[in-house]
Amino acid sequence: MQPDKALAVTAMDKPGGVRHLCPMPHDHSHDDDPHALLPSDPALRVKALETLLTRKGLVDPAALDEIIDTYENRIGPRNGARVVAKAWTDPAFRAALLEDATPVVADLGYYGRQGEHMIAVENTDEVHNMVVCTLCSCYPWPLLGIPPGWYKSDAYRARAVREPRKVLADFGVTLPESTAVRVWDSTAEVRYLVIPQRPEGTEGMDEEALMALISRDSMIGTALAARP
Amino acid sequence: MTRVHDMGGRFGDGAVVPEPENELFHADWHKRALAITLATGTLGKWNIDTSRHARESLSPQDYTRFSYYEKWMGGLATLLVDTGLVTRDELAGTAAPDPSPHADRALAADRVAAVLAKGGPADRPSDIAPVFKVGDRVTARPVPENVQVNGGHTRLPAYAAGATGRILRCHGSHVLPDSNAHGLGEAPEPLYAVAFPASELWAHPEHPKDEVIVDMWQSYLRPES
Repeated sequence: MQPDKALAVTAMDKPGGVRHLCPMPHDHSHDDDPHALLPSDPALRVKALETLLTRKGLVDPAALDEIIDTYENRIGPRNGARVVAKAWTDPAFRAALLEDATPVVADLGYYGRQGEHMIAVENTDEVHNMVVCTLCSCYPWPLLGIPPGWYKSDAYRARAVREPRKVLADFGVTLPESTAVRVWDSTAEVRYLVIPQRPEGTEGMDEEALMALISRDSMIGTALAARP
Repeated sequence: MTRVHDMGGRFGDGAVVPEPENELFHADWHKRALAITLATGTLGKWNIDTSRHARESLSPQDYTRFSYYEKWMGGLATLLVDTGLVTRDELAGTAAPDPSPHADRALAADRVAAVLAKGGPADRPSDIAPVFKVGDRVTARPVPENVQVNGGHTRLPAYAAGATGRILRCHGSHVLPDSNAHGLGEAPEPLYAVAFPASELWAHPEHPKDEVIVDMWQSYLRPES
């Protein structure tokens, strides 16, 4: 197939397209935006939305409690730490993880919303990987939970791609000049997990002990694994 | 020209402030905002691309002054009104809420775990064949805009527009956000991880060996020009 021809073929170009059904983006003026109808205080705004949606039968407050409990207590970065510790201690697991992470982590029970397409990237002496979402806040929820405030901040989103080494300095990390930085901008539904380097002096440590050295930030790439 | 959310490479934002791992929410209403957004998402009235576009379409003033979960609430209010789930009068509190005909689809507490665990994969079979392979040199579209819908959603960040890199990985075919956000169908096409040298993106790269990897759909790319 000729590249140009293939590139020209998109759903929009196909006969019988549904262009007329296209809802145009709504650029409300600030005062016209639906959220402006709600109370301006954000806590009251959320309360008003929850009350309205509950009265309409569109949300069940018990389901909201369950969602919150899931991400506060059940799904968090200890999942990712287990994956990393296994990769450090089991060469076959590591190889499979780097080859195709999604089924490998799913086997451990780590699959679901915002983790449907996982890729593990491994830090070495030559390459340090770091993950960002410059356009919003995409993040591997089943492995790391919900993203930290700094990951969602304008400062991180803006700076991680242009000056990752200065951002790393904000986290107290300095890389050798010989190490290249690879910043992964999560622009699609693919989610990236960084496998930090295993620190020296951890030979003989078991999975549980190693997990304590693996911070959330080290799996985003803004920290190194801790030394024992 | 893109929208205000497209901030990769922007100057002037100051320090990134690390937080302890157990600091998940900074206020109770953040939790409710997260949960309401996830729960209403399961009603099936919009997809993830529509919801991203709703947040991105907040006015630049609002997008800039709103905290993270305020953006979510702002986008959700737009989606609720645009899909007819809620009226403007109901939002404003000037009309009593009518029971929704979609209430039977509301997420029940005992379904939460299963729904979150099920996720929503974005890979699809596609009749668009991949034209690039690992190592091929490619150039991103020069204008970071949705080419189908004026002002529409796109996932091509401005900082990478027009830049030349190389195909690092092939992800298979994925739903195209530029189409899916606007009810134009999923239009799946090949998706790639493209590696751009920092020196290709910035006038003053930090290090000659650094790279930025951006996931890009095939229609965002051309053979190197």
